[in-house]
Amino acid sequence: MSEPISLKLTAKDFKSDQEVRWCPGCGDYAILAAVQGFMPELNIPRERIVFISGIGCSSRFPYYMNTYGMHSIHGRAPAIATGLSATRPDLSVWVVTGDGDALSIGGNHLIHALRRNVNLKILLFNNRIYGLTKGQYSPTSEVGKITKSTPVGSADAPFNPLSLALGAEATFVARTIDSDRKHLQSVLRAAAEHEGSAFVEIYQNCNIFNDGAFDPLKEHGIRDDYLIRLEHGQPITFGKDGQFCVVHPPGGFGLEVRETAATRPEEIVVHDANVTDPAYAFALSRLPGLDLRNTPIGVFRAVERPSYENVVRAQLDAARAEVTETPEQQLAGLLSSGDTWTIL
Amino acid sequence: MSKQIRQLDRVVIRFAGDSGDGMQLTGDRFTSETAQLGNDISTLPNFPAEIRAPAGTLPGVSSFQVHFADYDILTPGDAPNVLVAMNPAALKANLADLPRGADIIVNTDEFTKRNLSKVGYQVNPLDDDTLAGYAVHPVALTSMTIGALADQDVSKKDAERAKNMFALGLLSWMYSRPYESTLRFLERKFARRPELVAANVAAFRAGWNFGETTEDFAVRYEVKPAKMPPGTYRNITGNAALSLGLVAAGVRSGLPVFLGAYPITPASDILHELSKHKKFGVLTMQAEDEIAAVGAALGASYGGALGITTTSGPGVALKSETISLAVALELPLLIVDVQRAGPSTGMPTKTEQADLNLALNGRHGEAPVAVIAPKSPADCFYAALEAARIALTYRTPVILLSDNYVANGSEPWLLPDVNSLPDLRVEFATAPNGEDGSTFLPYLRDPETLARPWAIPGTPGLEHRIGGLEKADKTGDISYDPANHDFMVRTRAARIETIPVPDVEVEDPDGDARVLVLGWGSTYGPIGAACRGLRQRGLSVAQAHLRHLAPMPANLGTVLRSYDRVVIPEMNLGQLAHVIRAKYLVDAIGYNQVRGLPFTAAELETMLEEVLKNV
Repeated sequence: MSEPISLKLTAKDFKSDQEVRWCPGCGDYAILAAVQGFMPELNIPRERIVFISGIGCSSRFPYYMNTYGMHSIHGRAPAIATGLSATRPDLSVWVVTGDGDALSIGGNHLIHALRRNVNLKILLFNNRIYGLTKGQYSPTSEVGKITKSTPVGSADAPFNPLSLALGAEATFVARTIDSDRKHLQSVLRAAAEHEGSAFVEIYQNCNIFNDGAFDPLKEHGIRDDYLIRLEHGQPITFGKDGQFCVVHPPGGFGLEVRETAATRPEEIVVHDANVTDPAYAFALSRLPGLDLRNTPIGVFRAVERPSYENVVRAQLDAARAEVTETPEQQLAGLLSSGDTWTIL
Repeated sequence: MSKQIRQLDRVVIRFAGDSGDGMQLTGDRFTSETAQLGNDISTLPNFPAEIRAPAGTLPGVSSFQVHFADYDILTPGDAPNVLVAMNPAALKANLADLPRGADIIVNTDEFTKRNLSKVGYQVNPLDDDTLAGYAVHPVALTSMTIGALADQDVSKKDAERAKNMFALGLLSWMYSRPYESTLRFLERKFARRPELVAANVAAFRAGWNFGETTEDFAVRYEVKPAKMPPGTYRNITGNAALSLGLVAAGVRSGLPVFLGAYPITPASDILHELSKHKKFGVLTMQAEDEIAAVGAALGASYGGALGITTTSGPGVALKSETISLAVALELPLLIVDVQRAGPSTGMPTKTEQADLNLALNGRHGEAPVAVIAPKSPADCFYAALEAARIALTYRTPVILLSDNYVANGSEPWLLPDVNSLPDLRVEFATAPNGEDGSTFLPYLRDPETLARPWAIPGTPGLEHRIGGLEKADKTGDISYDPANHDFMVRTRAARIETIPVPDVEVEDPDGDARVLVLGWGSTYGPIGAACRGLRQRGLSVAQAHLRHLAPMPANLGTVLRSYDRVVIPEMNLGQLAHVIRAKYLVDAIGYNQVRGLPFTAAELETMLEEVLKNV
């Protein structure tokens, strides 16, 4: 097979003529720039790329991408994208959503898109707050969050988006951070290469209503002791000096963080994103504490399962393979099937 | 023994039994035999929502009524001439509908003390004067069936279950029906179990032979074929016709058909039917909920498919927000609402027309859509094509209002010539439409249809963004401009209001009627039958029936104003009448019932006679 012809696109080709209207300093700008910078790598013509979003700050994203795009309704982007992707497998379909959009009002559509393994790249911008409605707590806000709608603190426990996605049979699950462009793009690359649903959680700072929510993961000098950078095939160690590692204690159900110095090298878990059993990726997703210590980023899980559109296309193709008549002839045959009688 | 043969011009038979007795199948088979003979037919199934209500109880009774005649008929008949009652519950539940003199065939084996007490019969109604005035035919259906199958290789349970075929055989004999299609049907149905084919055929023949030999049935009847236009016919239910209409819309438009649906009574059969037609490229998706079903359909439309969602009233309510998005996006979308009795779960297997307000107005903001309604089971085929035509030509959501009565009822359908069906081909946008030759304006309209270009993803050079935010005229850019919003709201209203729809036709054979009966949807049959009844008695009445409810036909106002009285029968509390009064300032009289059943022709005739007296 010959190498595909390079389309020679640049980030600029993916910028639309619309004025970007997020608040100055919003993490969404960094994500937009990272996505626009990554898109040329796909080497897919712009007309075959579609961004579909729901409602919320992040969901304005499609307006700024010079591709096809739809800014739809709150929570429903995965459902709309499913209909598009199922009928148009030639397209590269991306869903942009937020923590409220995907996990609150649209929770049902998200989990069903994941279990069906629809060929969608789902980017969830998680800022742990409702921004566009001006600062209510979200389904990823920590318990006790004081916001406009919870003056004495929220009472409900948050979702862990990755645990949720894994429970919904997601075949690709990853996490990245708005401010780390290189890492973000590496995760987008892996997501784009995956057949089926790719779920990417992007920690995103809302500098107006929840500023600094992810600061420990961003600040020099601190972040290396907080972040676990997952690399497929590599032992999971982290910390400024690699002083921490992840182990699977015998008899336990999950994973734990230990000091590397006190751990035998063979005890350190070697990251394998292709493990079929979702329990491993789930255990990884449970590592972070409330203070964000031990937050893994990177690809947690990437396993193979036929995508929804491949399965339904195969059914259609099998049915159509036997057809020799024109559609009109087929239709005439269908209409007159069953018990008929003729009046002369 | 030779039997007397008597000619009839029409007969109404109701098969009634327990939900597990196979009454729907029995009725279907009798209908098919009758269709083969060439009678005109109309059917009405009536069954509980419970799949298997407790055996032998009143809530568990399922029935199937078939009306057949040697002339063209419009309804399944007001009252049965014959009731087949497979148990005491079936007798009790249906007796009130029978006129005196009707034939009642009862399965005496089921009239046990236990079964009688289940439905509150202290004394066996076969023994007292409960059935005085009826022609009762006691038949030991179950035991005779088991007896007839004694030599067959089937269990007693399977033998007992074949009793519906015994009943079918008896009725087929009684009305001289050709039964070859039933024998073929049994061979197909039990293809994998030849012993059941043999048993059911034997039961059918036993029933037939019983009629031939017993002295209890002295008369055999014939109903001659009806004079119907030449051509090939099949008997079809509304849901089946609607499904075929959607397949036909795909063929005639050349577009892939995508159905997003969530199971709901009485619309699920459309999902079942369309899921069988993959060789036409029809893709069906059973969505996680009603909202996802319409969302996926809209996504498919965005990509250039004919996006469809099918549901009933509660589902339409859930889809409302997405339909409004489709109004804003100006994309084709077909929403089929097979109406049932509401509100809420209501009576899910019973009919009603109470979603008209919902279809016309049930959205946030000014969100007009086109609304059309089929008038009979076979008409569902053409209504589906018409709905698709409007959706594709005018790039708008269209709500098709069927109901349980037309969806599950059936009638003979003269098969159309496929090439005579409307040409629904569409043109996607392929090139920039701006004056500069390079700009694409997604909201620049066709001056004739006011439709915007359908520029599907994958088209080079037309990359654009659409969404729920208000759009500037022509460019489609986000706009908060007050004048633009006012313009766009009015334009969206005008888009629907100016869709050309055929004039409403008035049927007034005497030409001197002063009263017009206006209906919509499934009331066509009962209204038509009532008007015929009046005319046969020398009274003049005009009938008009609306297929297009939004927009309404251009001549409707003139038609309404040319009569002294307008009467609007509806299976709701006057939803169309409200619209007519508001829109045309016509003092229409409503006639309304919401019993979950279609109007009877007799009640409409009585009501109209009163109106005629008072004009």
